Order: sequence, then C-alpha cells, then structure tokens
Amino acid sequence: MTGRLSEPLRVRLPVSEELDVVLARTCGRELALQQGFREAATGAIATAISEVARNIIVHAGTGEIVLEVVEGRGRRELVVLARDRGPGIPDLHRAMEDGYSTAGGLGLGLSSARRLMDEFGVVSTVGKGTMVTMKKWAA
Amino acid sequence: MPVPILRLDDVLVASIQAALTDQDLLQLRDDLSEKVGRFRARGVIVDVTALDVLDSFATRTVRGIAYTARLRGARTVVVGIQPDVAFAMVQLGLTLEGVATALDLDEGLALLRRDAP
Repeated sequence: MTGRLSEPLRVRLPVSEELDVVLARTCGRELALQQGFREAATGAIATAISEVARNIIVHAGTGEIVLEVVEGRGRRELVVLARDRGPGIPDLHRAMEDGYSTAGGLGLGLSSARRLMDEFGVVSTVGKGTMVTMKKWAA
Repeated sequence: MPVPILRLDDVLVASIQAALTDQDLLQLRDDLSEKVGRFRARGVIVDVTALDVLDSFATRTVRGIAYTARLRGARTVVVGIQPDVAFAMVQLGLTLEGVATALDLDEGLALLRRDAP
C-alpha cells in the first residue's frame, strides 16, 4: 500500500475517438494499481471506464473522463467522472436496463458499469449532456 | 493496430499484442473469417493475453468470431484471459458460452489437437 496522499490526485482525459477509450481505461487501471487496489478491482475499474467512455463516443461524440483519488470516510476511493455535452438521456430508468439502446449498441454500457463499481450515479439533461459519477473503494 | 494472424498447419493463431479499440476488434473478426476460408483452417486460437479489458462489446465480438468460425468449419479456442479480466467478466455476468477457453497458447493448441477428428 502507498502512504497518505499529500494532495488530491486528479487526471483529466479528453474522449473524442476510440483510441481515447483505450487510453482512459489504461490510465484508470494504472492509477488503481499504483493506489494499491486489488486485481479484481483494477479489472472492474478498467472495464467500467471502457463502458462509459464508449458511451461518450457513441452518444455525444466528445466528452471527458476525469479520474480522481480521494480519501474519504476513512478509506481511499477512486472516482471516475464521465461527462459530455451530448443529447442527454430522456429516460434514465430505461437506459439503466440491460439491453436498452437508442444508438443500436448492446445497451449494456451503463448497467455494466454500475455492476462493476461500488457507487454509481447518472445525471442527465436532455439537450445539455450527461454526467456519470462512479466510485470504487480500495479494500 | 491490426492483429497479426499466424498459421500453424491448419490452425490460425491471432495474437493480440496490445489493448484494442472496438474497430480493431471488428477488423480482427473480418480478417479471421476471411482467412479461415482462404487457408482452409480447422482451428482458430485467439490469444487475448495482452488484452486489458473484455467489456460488453469485446466479449460479444470474440463470441462472434468463434460462432462465425464454427459456421465455416473451424473450432475456436480463446486463450490467455487474465485474472483481473476474468474477475470483471464474472461480475458482469459476461460469458463466452459455447466457446472453448484454455490457459495459454500451448494448452489451446493441445486442446485443438486432442479433439481433432
């Protein structure tokens, strides 16, 4: 395990093409490894980032992923923000269901990411954009 | 980045060298499908050792590779799924149903040879 964080660790990654999806999840995995997350957690983090970053490309075209390591409630958390100024999600409840897709995809992105992370939330406004916030706790 | 596909007798080995984009994966699917016919392959090994993530899209594409190859008369073995990748797939309930898997390339080749008619 690494020691206390002297300052908040924050990485911003623009997402506008498929390669950025790979870069974002690679960066997320490296950060998690460096912060002492278990192997099962690093795989979950990388996979969840891949899902939400792909959503940005497919639905909004461009956006960003922000990775942050924070100390809170006596534990270390890796926080992933995925945000875009895309069309937004009209029906969030359905968007969270397995297999519901408006873009001809698999419709598994959001539900998958939620399953992989310890905390998950989506805020979306039609015509303004979407922000997904998800966290993994270091065990 | 295209995935190199090697030929070992009647087996095609797709050796993924690094993390792949969705487009790279679709290209691999198309390349393999074409090469199964061209080389009259009976077996396909997809080595995913270097693959960092098998998310919903990648899992579906790999399954698609295996099903397509089977319809063309070749059996597919997926080898080298890393522990953290496997953990995440289990958590997601993603399966490679009906697709043979093996620990590594040697085991995958042995599996194809053993079950050869």
